Amino acid sequence: MKAYLGIDVGSVSTNIVVQDEAGTILAGLYLRTKGRPVETIQSGLKEIKQSLPGDIEICGVGTTGSGRYLAGVMVGADVIKNEITAHAVAATFFVPAVQTVFEIGGQDSKIIIIRNGVVTDFAMNTVCAAGTGSFLDQQAARLGIPIHEFGKLALQSTNPVRIAGRCTVFAESDMIHKQQMGHPLKDIINGLCEALVRNYLNNVGKGKEILPPVIFQGGVAANAGIKAAFERALGMEVQIPPHHDVIGAVGAALLAREEMALNNKTTNFKGFFISDLTYRTSSFECDGCPNSCEIAEIYEEDRVIGRWGARCPRWDIIQEEKN
Amino acid sequence: MMRKVTFPHMGESYRTFKMLLNDLGNEVVLPPRPSRKTLNLGVQYAPEFACFPLKILMGTYLETIEKGANVLVTSGGVGPCRAGLYAELHKRILHDMGHPVEMIVFEPPRLYPLNFIRNVYKLNPKRLSIKSIIECIKRAWRKLQALDNAEKATHVVRPRELTPGTTTKTYKKVLEWIDAAYTMDEIIEAEKAALEEIYKIPQDPERLVLKVGIVGEIYVLLEPASNLEIEETLGNLGVEVERSMFLTGWTRDNTWKETVEGMTVKDAAMPYLPELIGGHGRDSIGNTVLYAKRNFDGVIQLAPFTCIPEIVAKTILTSVSRDYNIPVLTFFLDEQTGKAGMTTRLEAFVDLMKRKKLLRKTGKILRPASAL
Repeated sequence: MKAYLGIDVGSVSTNIVVQDEAGTILAGLYLRTKGRPVETIQSGLKEIKQSLPGDIEICGVGTTGSGRYLAGVMVGADVIKNEITAHAVAATFFVPAVQTVFEIGGQDSKIIIIRNGVVTDFAMNTVCAAGTGSFLDQQAARLGIPIHEFGKLALQSTNPVRIAGRCTVFAESDMIHKQQMGHPLKDIINGLCEALVRNYLNNVGKGKEILPPVIFQGGVAANAGIKAAFERALGMEVQIPPHHDVIGAVGAALLAREEMALNNKTTNFKGFFISDLTYRTSSFECDGCPNSCEIAEIYEEDRVIGRWGARCPRWDIIQEEKN
Repeated sequence: MMRKVTFPHMGESYRTFKMLLNDLGNEVVLPPRPSRKTLNLGVQYAPEFACFPLKILMGTYLETIEKGANVLVTSGGVGPCRAGLYAELHKRILHDMGHPVEMIVFEPPRLYPLNFIRNVYKLNPKRLSIKSIIECIKRAWRKLQALDNAEKATHVVRPRELTPGTTTKTYKKVLEWIDAAYTMDEIIEAEKAALEEIYKIPQDPERLVLKVGIVGEIYVLLEPASNLEIEETLGNLGVEVERSMFLTGWTRDNTWKETVEGMTVKDAAMPYLPELIGGHGRDSIGNTVLYAKRNFDGVIQLAPFTCIPEIVAKTILTSVSRDYNIPVLTFFLDEQTGKAGMTTRLEAFVDLMKRKKLLRKTGKILRPASAL
């Protein structure tokens, strides 16, 4: 059976999906990147291979996320696309009428405005981590609550307390202050959810025309407290699409299928065996000019397959993304 | 003590200032292109809350002082932007550090003619006559124009080049031609040869090229080392950029004659922002309106992190973007050197503009996953 592989290597999670020709998800995987993208990609491929039927033939591979170039050279990607395009593609696939996409991941949060199936505007958080999954993760760890319980706890709250949302430093000190005053945890967590939503709508969503259907995806969409806070703030329904946590990978797989269909070529996919190869990364400081760029390299066995970090073409061996 | 003169690094303009200061009889210490070393020094000795340009300049001064510079020439500024005070701040920090440098600050000559004359006198150890000084300035001005024109040509050719990288390589070569030219005739000839060489680069006339206007704060616009070489990156993504500010344009007495419909940037910004808010905030708004009227595909705003005029402009650009249906993308620049965040946003921005353009041109919707 023909299938397409999509890999989304994000700051917090690495997601892998395999889709058939019709877009049905045959297998999906959500893994924590834990700062080790290479190992995570390898173990993820191994795991997903085991859950696939034997007659699967991978006919195209797409990568996305902040680690898309790394993943791209490792597996032999046919298309390497930024996560905004990948998310928009997946959103219109699941909800064709979608007009607004909220996406909150580990490091980024973004809003994508879609009209008639075409992206007409987008925005991404710029210099601030407030309102992203990493901060929620960190607070959940501080409070000793598993992240998947976090949202459910917020839903039990009847009286959210006000938490400052503009900056994680302010938010955390506000939370600690309220906790020491004796406010129940569920109300503090609900307050945090409302603060994040407020910050998102004021910062990322500023000036954008938010029209229904609105869909909410990315890792944070698993948090029921945030979804409820969005619905309260907007006064409209917010849908969570299927596979919301691996949606970037779904988009990458759809883009791979499109790429192969349009250009009628054979895949560059190296095969699942790469999870048994040895990959090594290293870095050095270039001495070519006072810029002293920090160059990172990745080796497959003994061969350099990728280099990044240079501000000039001196160390280029990687092909740029083809548009 | 021998006087050694230096000045901030802004793109390729140092080639002109070197010639002019030499002509007037000064020994010049060339400012190096801002690098990681510049940043490290700047960040260490500048106030934390200051903006990126202050830190880069701080680093540049310290690097040139290391090479023996003791006279720093820079520009001042009027209006509410704090950069107008940076020269004084730099001077005090450097003096505190034990570098007894002399600071020569040029204020806009239109408003402070005496300051201008006095400063020129300080930088004229050869005691040239006023007539010869004017001749030197004219030649320097022409060289600055030649450098700006060569750069503008690369903005047109780079997105169309057949072999990636040719334009950047050619540009580096022709810059040296202009650099070596000295007399007025030589400068004009070098400029002509440079432009010919750039336009000769094999190009693809069929390619779908997007047009993007670049607006924002002057230093991060003019110094590629401070904006992660965004213009080159865009060129490689198939985008022809038009920057709203060049050193020659900015210096030219703030008369913007070349804009469309006889409108000035100020007039264009008027409905959105009737006040001067300092820096280039109003220019960013006005230029965005003008780019939209000229049917550009998008606008990119570049701003140093914490720059108040550009923060105000960014907020207002949301309305401009809606009223004129033109996408606007803002980058706040600071000491981060990781390019990934910028690349992601640029790629998505280019995808968006391409789809919009195709829709406008052919009436055809290029769905993101059209094969579905």
